[in-house]
Amino acid sequence: MTSSTLRSFLSFAALAMLATTVCANDIGQIKNAKGSVHIERDGKKLPATVGAKIRQSDTVVTGADGSVGITFVDNSLLSAGPNSTLAIERYAFDPTTHAGAFDAHLARGTLSVVSGKIARQTPGAMTVKTPSAILGVRSTEFVVRADEAVR
Amino acid sequence: MKLSVDVRLIALLPTLVLAAGCASPPPRNDMVVVLPERDGKVGAVVVREGSRETVLNTAYASARTGEKGELQAAPSNDREVRQVFGAALSAQPARPISLTLYFTEGSMLSAESKAIVDRMFAEIAQRPAAEIVVIGHTDTVGAYDYNDKLSLERAGKMREMLIGFGVPAQNISAAGRGKRELLVPTADNVTEPRNRRVEISVR
Repeated sequence: MTSSTLRSFLSFAALAMLATTVCANDIGQIKNAKGSVHIERDGKKLPATVGAKIRQSDTVVTGADGSVGITFVDNSLLSAGPNSTLAIERYAFDPTTHAGAFDAHLARGTLSVVSGKIARQTPGAMTVKTPSAILGVRSTEFVVRADEAVR
Repeated sequence: MKLSVDVRLIALLPTLVLAAGCASPPPRNDMVVVLPERDGKVGAVVVREGSRETVLNTAYASARTGEKGELQAAPSNDREVRQVFGAALSAQPARPISLTLYFTEGSMLSAESKAIVDRMFAEIAQRPAAEIVVIGHTDTVGAYDYNDKLSLERAGKMREMLIGFGVPAQNISAAGRGKRELLVPTADNVTEPRNRRVEISVR
């Protein structure tokens, strides 16, 4: 490795580190919230107001009059209607390579999804689970309902 | 005689209504519908249920719970989607956008970019809790170190402008990528105005 390529590699590595430390834990932000909505994190209930940050393993719950919209750091957009329970089971995104993994679980309710950079870079790297099926996402927009009455 | 026919018809009515009820589809529970995208493209969702796999890749293609509880393919439509998913769709955040501002050789904005700045501020103003990512770039004139610094200066200048506009500093992240990510590929040490830019993502 020549000194100039080494130097550019090192500064690139420094940049990559900088980019990942900016938002190490925050993977998304609530952009819309209506009615009763809360975040469950480590067994605690947190208010889900506009601007609140979302982390991996959070569960977002809406009540009978609630709805919520979240923008993730890879530009995936998830929004849930009333009586919904949405768990962000796994989320990883590398802003430099766009590689990542996104597993969400809709236990009940309604969800709209606009996939982002993770699904565009790696088709199938984003999944949405419901009690009856696993949806593999290939760069798309879709809606899904999980009706708890069935199970 | 005529009267008795009428009576028989009336007696039949509840049966007719019941029959119509039985003929309608079973209660629909779990369901997934692929939507057309704004540019008219349609992506795909692969639905896996146990060992069964269904690919939905046309607008309003849908899978839903059938009579025996398994998912069956059945088309949906705009009306049904709005009926069932109206609240979820209304809560959808604004689409993230990306804008590019160009610079003169230093860190001064080019004249044409000033109109884009106005658009950027308008986009930020109408978004609740807007987050902004600012990434500076340079052309290939000069060494890596020099361009890293210059690209960061360009990004920093935009960051200051955004803070001046009232965007909270913690909602803006800025980085410089020097001459590593050229918009127009060139050899080293080439002046190229289109590479002297800052990319601003608003989400």
